[in-house]
Amino acid sequence: MVKTILSITNNFLVTFIRYAGQLSLLFLRSVYLLFVPPLKADRILTQMLRVGPGSFFISALVAFFIGIIMSLQMAYQMIELSAEIYIPSVVAVSLTRELAPVLTALIVAGRFGAGITAEIGSMVVTEQVDALKAFAVNPVKYLVVPRLAALVVMLPVLTIFADLIGIFGSFVLCIFKLDISAPLFYSMVVQSLTMKDIMTGLIKTICFGAIIATVGCHEGFKVQSGAEGVGKATTSSVVLSFILIIVADCLFTTVFYFIFRV
Amino acid sequence: MIEISHLCKSFGQNIVLNNLNLKVNSGETKVIIGRSGVGKSVLLKNIMGIVQPDAGSIKINGVEVTGLSEKEYNKIRMQMGLVFQGGALFDSMNVEENVAFVLDEFMDLDRQTVRNRVKDSLAMVGLKDVEKMMSSELSGGMRKRVSLARILCMEPQIILYDEPTTGVDPITADAINNLIVELSHKLKVTSIVVTHDMTSAYKIADSMVMLYHGQVIAEGTSEEIKNTKHPVVRQFITGEAEGPITEGENLIFGHAK
Repeated sequence: MVKTILSITNNFLVTFIRYAGQLSLLFLRSVYLLFVPPLKADRILTQMLRVGPGSFFISALVAFFIGIIMSLQMAYQMIELSAEIYIPSVVAVSLTRELAPVLTALIVAGRFGAGITAEIGSMVVTEQVDALKAFAVNPVKYLVVPRLAALVVMLPVLTIFADLIGIFGSFVLCIFKLDISAPLFYSMVVQSLTMKDIMTGLIKTICFGAIIATVGCHEGFKVQSGAEGVGKATTSSVVLSFILIIVADCLFTTVFYFIFRV
Repeated sequence: MIEISHLCKSFGQNIVLNNLNLKVNSGETKVIIGRSGVGKSVLLKNIMGIVQPDAGSIKINGVEVTGLSEKEYNKIRMQMGLVFQGGALFDSMNVEENVAFVLDEFMDLDRQTVRNRVKDSLAMVGLKDVEKMMSSELSGGMRKRVSLARILCMEPQIILYDEPTTGVDPITADAINNLIVELSHKLKVTSIVVTHDMTSAYKIADSMVMLYHGQVIAEGTSEEIKNTKHPVVRQFITGEAEGPITEGENLIFGHAK
């Protein structure tokens, strides 16, 4: 029994370390190749347009409703304590520090990360990746670098919009349902929200962007069989991205709280 | 010239190439025949450096390529082109962008020069007014022609063809055969053509080899192969279901047959 548990643990650890190693190597190679000429900025811009405007509507919609939902849930308790004027402060801080970065990253992972895996996986199956190699083009530089750069830049931008729109959602509810005036809402948000709240959220999203791009591309390159393989890789890409984003979020929050005291 | 000696490649327990030796002279069209799964495509990918061999040597124009770095291999790759079985056209690009791919990647040419070279390459494979079509709009034969045009744009010294006539109708197949012969004569390129289409093989080959269990078991001109007494080769070229290949009793190199 103990032997079996040790064997399973050992297998899990070996698989995990191997996978983490593969991801790290792909990430480091991509970062290195980003600075190796020629730099094709148009490819990065194309991917940025796909990530940014493509994911804006859904991330904005989710942020808006999260702002409303959070305000409502808080109002449920705060009204009992006659402390509803603190709702704008709590919503603003929670959104900028935690909810907007994580939810935006999860949305982009589900939408764009899955798309990366499906696209690269299909290219592997139809020998387009082999064709790149045959034409002396490095597939990592051609496929991974633009996606990584685009996600690392665009995810923080999407998060800033999600922060603003989420707070606007809370504003709408506070004005129309909780009888908090607009000047009071504004002053409560401005008083409680500091630059470090916004920055800690944005720093996380840079890491989340790197996770989505690296996992998405890595799973795509791993595809071996046809349509079924692409489907499985897409699913595992989304699941792994979700897990890694949450784990990274926990690590960042712990480091920020215990080491940097922010 | 391409010289391959003692080339070995396995995928897990599956031995695909086993001590394979092959020589292709400059300007020659060498046809490689053999059953599906015998390692013909793997051999081409080894030559292109897409797949790394486990052991053995590959010399291209006198340069040993097996130990080369990616950067050094890329210089060799720029002299070669591989026509993939399914075309491997980039499906996010139209025909013009596909054919101009190498020019756009590596050469600093103005748009008009690129357009002219694309047009010329497409004309060489008998296509015109297809520049704006997406690869999904092309027929199987057209995809293979566009794939060839994409390689001709590079002006390669060596062209590798992976089953160029598979999946196309006999008339298109014959047109592709004519094209391969014409390119070989006109551009003096060295060609390796992998196929199991014997009509095509007889038409285009300067010389022919047959792969079986990861090795070359027969080599000769089209006539020599056609008249061979080798039972395995005979079964393959006549396309008979019964024979030594399908007997299922030979045990060679660890493969149960």
